[in-house]
Amino acid sequence: MTDSKYFTTTKKGEIFELKAELNSDKKEKKKEAVKKVIASMTVGKDVSALFPDVVNCMQTDNLELKKLVYLYLMNYAKSQPDMAIMAVNTFVKDCEDPNPLIRALAVRTMGCIRVDKITEYLCEPLRKCLKDEDPYVRKTAAVCVAKLHDINAQLVEDQGFLDTLKDLISDSNPMVVANAVAALSEIAESHPSSNLLDLNPQSINKLLTALNECTEWGQIFILDCLANYMPKDDREAQSICERVTPRLSHANSAVVLSAVKVLMKFMEMLSKDLDYYSTLLKKLAPPLVTLLSAEPELQYVALRNINLIVQKRPEILKHEMKVFFVKYNDPIYVKLEKLDIMIRLASQANIAQVLAELKEYATEVDVDFVRKAVRAIGRCAIKVEQSAERCVSTLLDLIQTKVNYVVQEAIVVIKDIFRKYPNKYESVIATLCENLDSLDEPEARAAMIWIVGEYAERIDNADELLESFLEGFHDESTQVQLQLLTAIVKLFLKKPTETQELVQQVLSLATQDSDNPDLRDRGYIYWRLLSTDPVAAKEVVLAEKPLISEETDLIEPTLLDELICYIGTLASVYHKPPSAFVEGSRGVVHKSLPPRTGSSESAESPETAPTGAPPSEQPAVIPAQGDLLGDLLNLDLGPPVSGPPLTTAPVQMGAVDLLGGGLDSLMGDESEGMGGANFAAPPAGTMPANLGAPLGGGLGDLFDLAGGVGTLSGSYVAPKAVWLPAMKAKGLEISGTFSRQVGSISMDLLLTNKALQVMSDFAIQFNRNSFGLAPAAPLQVHAPLSPNQTVEISLPLNTVGSVMKMDPLNNLQVAVKNNIDVFYFSTLYPLHILFVEDGKMERQMFLATWKDIPNENEAQFQIKDCPLNAEAVSSKLQGSNIFTIAKRNVEGQDMLYQSLKLTNGIWVLAELRVQPGNPTFTLSLKCRAPEVSQHVYQAYETILKN
Amino acid sequence: MIGGLFIYNHKGEVLISRVYRDDIGRNAVDAFRVNVIHARQQVRSPVTNIARTSFFHVKRSNIWLAAVTKQNVNAAMVFEFLYKMCDVMAAYFGKISEENIKNNFVLIYELLDEILDFGYPQNSETGALKTFITQQGIKSQLTKEEQSQITSQVTGQIGWRREGIKYRRNELFLDVLESVNLLMSPQGQVLSAHVSGRVVMKSYLSGMPECKFGMNDKIVIEKQGKGTADETGKSGKQSIAIDDCTFHQCVRLSKFDSERSISFIPPDGEFELMRYRTTKDIILPFRVIPLVREVGRTKLEVKVVIKSNFKPSLLAQKIEVRIPTPLNTSGVQVICMKGKAKYKASENAIVWKIKRMAGMKESQISAEIELLPTNDKKKWARPPISMNFEVPFAPSGLKVRYLKVFEPKLNYSDHDVIKWVRYIGRSGIYETRC
Repeated sequence: MTDSKYFTTTKKGEIFELKAELNSDKKEKKKEAVKKVIASMTVGKDVSALFPDVVNCMQTDNLELKKLVYLYLMNYAKSQPDMAIMAVNTFVKDCEDPNPLIRALAVRTMGCIRVDKITEYLCEPLRKCLKDEDPYVRKTAAVCVAKLHDINAQLVEDQGFLDTLKDLISDSNPMVVANAVAALSEIAESHPSSNLLDLNPQSINKLLTALNECTEWGQIFILDCLANYMPKDDREAQSICERVTPRLSHANSAVVLSAVKVLMKFMEMLSKDLDYYSTLLKKLAPPLVTLLSAEPELQYVALRNINLIVQKRPEILKHEMKVFFVKYNDPIYVKLEKLDIMIRLASQANIAQVLAELKEYATEVDVDFVRKAVRAIGRCAIKVEQSAERCVSTLLDLIQTKVNYVVQEAIVVIKDIFRKYPNKYESVIATLCENLDSLDEPEARAAMIWIVGEYAERIDNADELLESFLEGFHDESTQVQLQLLTAIVKLFLKKPTETQELVQQVLSLATQDSDNPDLRDRGYIYWRLLSTDPVAAKEVVLAEKPLISEETDLIEPTLLDELICYIGTLASVYHKPPSAFVEGSRGVVHKSLPPRTGSSESAESPETAPTGAPPSEQPAVIPAQGDLLGDLLNLDLGPPVSGPPLTTAPVQMGAVDLLGGGLDSLMGDESEGMGGANFAAPPAGTMPANLGAPLGGGLGDLFDLAGGVGTLSGSYVAPKAVWLPAMKAKGLEISGTFSRQVGSISMDLLLTNKALQVMSDFAIQFNRNSFGLAPAAPLQVHAPLSPNQTVEISLPLNTVGSVMKMDPLNNLQVAVKNNIDVFYFSTLYPLHILFVEDGKMERQMFLATWKDIPNENEAQFQIKDCPLNAEAVSSKLQGSNIFTIAKRNVEGQDMLYQSLKLTNGIWVLAELRVQPGNPTFTLSLKCRAPEVSQHVYQAYETILKN
Repeated sequence: MIGGLFIYNHKGEVLISRVYRDDIGRNAVDAFRVNVIHARQQVRSPVTNIARTSFFHVKRSNIWLAAVTKQNVNAAMVFEFLYKMCDVMAAYFGKISEENIKNNFVLIYELLDEILDFGYPQNSETGALKTFITQQGIKSQLTKEEQSQITSQVTGQIGWRREGIKYRRNELFLDVLESVNLLMSPQGQVLSAHVSGRVVMKSYLSGMPECKFGMNDKIVIEKQGKGTADETGKSGKQSIAIDDCTFHQCVRLSKFDSERSISFIPPDGEFELMRYRTTKDIILPFRVIPLVREVGRTKLEVKVVIKSNFKPSLLAQKIEVRIPTPLNTSGVQVICMKGKAKYKASENAIVWKIKRMAGMKESQISAEIELLPTNDKKKWARPPISMNFEVPFAPSGLKVRYLKVFEPKLNYSDHDVIKWVRYIGRSGIYETRC
C-alpha cells in the first residue's frame, strides 16, 4: 500500500501519459491511472482534459474503480456538461443492478452531478429507488431528493417526490425515516410557508419511535426536527419531553444537546407548578455538566450553549459553579467561555471560591484571559455587594504587579465599582493616580479621567492631572476627548476659582478645533450652560447618576429566546441568529419559543421568570464604548431629580418611574425619535429613568412626536360634563371633555357666560400633571363673550409639559383666566386619550415583555355587563388605540392579547378573557408602572360600555 | 449540513478534499489554510467564520481536519462527526499521519462517500463499514444473501455489529477505569472530589448476544430493596450514587430511563460501554499530610506524610508525590523512608517515587530547602502538592454485579461465557494544598 506515490508525480507531459494509461487494456494499469488522476485533482491540479478517458473506465465491475470514476465525475461534470451525458447510461444501468450497494452508489452519485441534462434522466431511477426493496437504497434515495431539490426545486415538486418522501417517514427502517426527516427538514427550510413537514401527533409518534432505533446521527436529525414542532397543549409537550429525556444519557454530545434543545423549548409550555417541571429541571443539569468532559472542541460548543441556558434558566446550573473552574490544560477558547459562565453563576453563596479562582487566573500568561479575569473580579464586586471590599483589595494587589494590561483593565472595572458604590472606596484613588502614566489604552484612560473628574474635590492635583491629558487632546480617541471635556467641566464646577483657564482651554479645543460633531455639541452644551446659568450647570453636570446594573453582556431577551431554539447549532455558537451568517433564504425563518398554554393557569400564563432569577430580568447593560449618546446620558447629563423621588434602578427595574418613562420611550421610539442614534441593543437600565421631566421634555419631546404620527383613529369621547359651575366662577360656566383624534389630543370646552357682563381676555393654564399634558396653543376666544352666550372651543393639547405625579394619577388642575378673575378647577381625564397610535407591539416583543415584567405588576379586573363578542371588543378597542396582537381560543374562551402605549412611552400589556354568553370579562394588565393599571382598566370599561 | 471536508498536513497542503455542496468552492480550501493554519496567532476558536463560511476544525498530531459549511448546521454534530471520522480512519489504518493518509487516500474517499451523504452523516460504525469497504478492493461478486446482510446491517437497528460472528471460545473482558480527582485543604478538609469513570468492554462473543450489565447503582439497589428488605441491609452500604452517566449507542436508553437497566447487543471487540461521574462517598486512596515551616528567610522545612487508605491486602503502584519548591531554591536535602526522592530544579519540585505500597500504611519524607535571598516582595504562592498513583479497585465504590449474556439462536449459555473483570483506579488531579 503505497498510494502516496500518486501525490508525487509532477513531471511534464503527465496528462499525456495518464491518457495513455487510462486507455490501457490492463485493468490494473487503468486503476493506477485513475488513482493518479484523483490524487492530482485533490491537490488542485486541473485534470478535466482527461474527462472522456476517465469516463470510459466507468464500465467496470470493479467497485473500487467505479467509485473513483464517480468521484471524478462529481468534480468535473459541471465543467464538461456535454461529455457528462456519456455517463448517463451507466448510471441508469447501475440503478437496476441486482446489488443494492451499486444501485445506491449510482443514485447517490447521480444526485451530486449538477448538470441539467443528467438531472432529467435521474427522475425515473430515483422514483424506483425511493421504493426499492432494500432499505440501504431507500435511505440513499431519500437524501437524493434533497440533492435534486437543491438543483431544481420545481422538478421535485412536479415529479411528486415530496409526497414519496413524506411516505418514507412511515418506513419500517429507522435509518430511512431519519434520512427522510433530514431531507424534508432541509427542503422545508427553503419553503418556510409550505406545510411540508406537516407534523402532527401521529407523525410525531412515529418519529419518537424511530428515535429509539436509529443511529446516533439519525437521532440528531429527528430531534432537530422535533424541536420545530409546536405541541398543541402542555400535556402533549410533557409526553414528548418524557420520551426525549432518555437521550440525555447518549454518549454522543450532539444527541444530548439536541435533546436539551427540545426540552428547553417545550418546557416553556409546562406549568411551573407541575412536579414534572421541576423533575425535568433537575434532569437537565447532570448531562450539561458531563458535556464538559468531552473533547475541547465539543466543550466549546457546549459552553457557548450553556451560556445561553444559564441566561434563560439560571436555576438549572446554579449549584454547579465548580465544574466551570478553569483547568490548566484547557485550550484558551474553553477557558474564556468558562470564565464567562463563572461570572454569570457567581452569587453570594459561592463568591469566595470564585474570587480565589479569579485571582489565580489573573496571573496566567494569556493576555485576553487575564484581562477577562480582571474584569470578572470587578463584575463580582458589582454583582455581590458583600464581596465588593475583597474584590477591590484583590484589584489593588493586581495593580501592584504593574503589569501594564492588568493595571489598565483593573482601572476600567474600578470605575464601574465607583459608579456602583459611590463614596466608598475613594481611598484607592491615590494608588490609581500613581499609574496614570502607564495607561495607553483609550478605555483605561477614559476611565481614569472619569475617576479624576468625579472625585476632583478630593484629589489635590486634579487640575494638574487633567491638564496633563489635555496636552495631546487632538491625538486622543473620541472616547477620551469626551470624557476629558466632561471631567474638566466637573472640576470647574467643583473648584471654580483655580480652573477657569483650564475649562476655557478645553471648551475651545472641543468646540473650535475639533471636527467631531459629538464633541463640538457637547462642548457647546457645556459652554452655554456654564455661561447662562452655572447653578443649572451644576445641577446637570453633577447630578446623581443612575446606578449601574449588575448583569452585563446579557443577550437581549427576544434574541435569547430565538437562540434557545437553535441550541447545538452554529447560531448558538456565534450567539447570532442564522440570518446574520447564512446567505440566501435558508435559515431566515424566525424561530420562537412556544407560549405557555393550558387553561388552568392562563391568568398568570406567560410568566416564566424563573424563581432563582435575579429580580431584574430586565437586562441592563453598561453601554458599550463608543456609545456616545448612552455615555452622555449616563455620566454627564443625569438630570436633577424633580418630581417624585426615584426608586433606584437596578434593584427595582420592574417599577420604572412612571413619570419619566424615558426608558420605554427610548426603547420604543429610538428609530424614529433619535434619527438612527446608535443605542446598545437593550439600553434599559442605564438610561436614566426619570429622563422625561426636567430636560424640558427635551428628549421625551422627540419621542412623543413619533407617537403623533399614526393612523386615522378617533377614540371614544365622553359627553361633556360641567367642570366649573357658574356659581363658583363669577358667572363663567365651563363644561368639557377630552378627545383624541388622529394622534392629537384636545380638550373640547363649552364656555358659557351666565353673568351680566361681557367676558374677554381668556387664557388657560394647566398645573404640572402626571403625563405632562399642556395646552399646545393659547385659548382662543375670538370675540368677547356676551351674557348668555356660549362658545365651543377645541383646545389642542400636547404632552410635553412639566411632569408631576398627581393623585389620582389622571387628575388635571386647570386655571382659567378672564377679564374678571382667575378660576381654578380640577378634572379627571380618561386615560385612553393618551393611548398612542403606534401602540401595537410585535408579537415577539409582546411575549418577551410579558415575561419580563414581574408578576407583582400584574393586575386583574372584571368588566361586567358587557355583551359584546371578541371581534366587536377587539375592533372597538382598536378605535381607541388598544391593539389586539393575538387571539387564542382556550376551552371555549377567547383570549385577546393586547397592547397599548401611553404618550410617555409606557407600555401596557393586556390579556382579555371573553367567554361567549358571559357578559363578564376578565382583564389582566401587566405594566412596568403598575400605577396606571387601574386607570387603564377604567379606560377599558369606558370604551367598551359606550 | 456539512458542505465539504478537507484534510491538510501541517504545512497546509491539502491531502483530501471532498466537496458535498455546491455552495462550497475551491477557494474555501485556501481560505482555511490562509486564515487558520497559517494564521499568526494561536487558534482562538475551533469554529472560524470567514466570509460567511464556517470552518470547524480538529487537529490530530499535525494533521488538520476541517469541515466547511455555509448553513446553520448542528455544530455539536459536526465535531462529533470529525472525531468519528478520526476513529474510523484509525480503525482502518492506525495512526493519523500524513504518510498514512496519503497511502490510503483512495480508501478515505471511499469512506467519505459512504459516511457522509450530501453532508449528512450516515452509519459510521467501523464494524459495519469493514464488511463492505475494504482495502482489498471489494469483490463486487457478492452473493445475494451477503449483499442484503450488509445493507440490512448498515441501515438496521444494530448498525454496529454484523451477523454471523463466531468464536470457539466466548469470552468477555470488563475494565472499570476510574480517575479520582481531589482538592484538599492543608487541614485535611476535602474541598472538591469527584471520580470520572469508564467501563470498557472487550467482547468476543458469537452471534448476536443480548447482554445485560448490572452494577451497584444505588437507585437500582434501592428499587430492588423494596422487595427484599434484607438484601438492602447487606448491600445498602455498598451501593453508590451516580451523578450522571452516558452510554455507547448500543445501549437501549429508553430502557435505562424507565427501568435503569443497561441492556445492549455489544459491538464486536473493544468499545466504551459507559462513562459516569460520581461525587459522593468517594474512597480517597491516599491522604497527604503536609507540613511546611519557614525557618528564617532562607530556609524551608517540609515534611510530608502519605497514608494509604484501603485494604491492607491490596497494593497501590506507580506512586509519585510532587512537592513544589520556591523559584529561588538553591539546594535541597531529602530524607525519605521509602522509595526514591529527587529534587528536580527544572520542574521546581521534589519528586518522590514509590513503586508499591500496601493499604493502611504510611510513609514520610522530609526535606530541607535552602533559599537564595531575594528582594522579590511577592510571597511564594505555595502551589499544591500533587500525587499520582494506580490502585486495583474503583475509588467510586462501583462494583460490577453481573454481566449476563443471552444468545437464544446459538447453543451457548451465560455460563459458558468466560468473563473477566478488572478495576483500575488512577489519580486524576489529586492535590493537597500546603
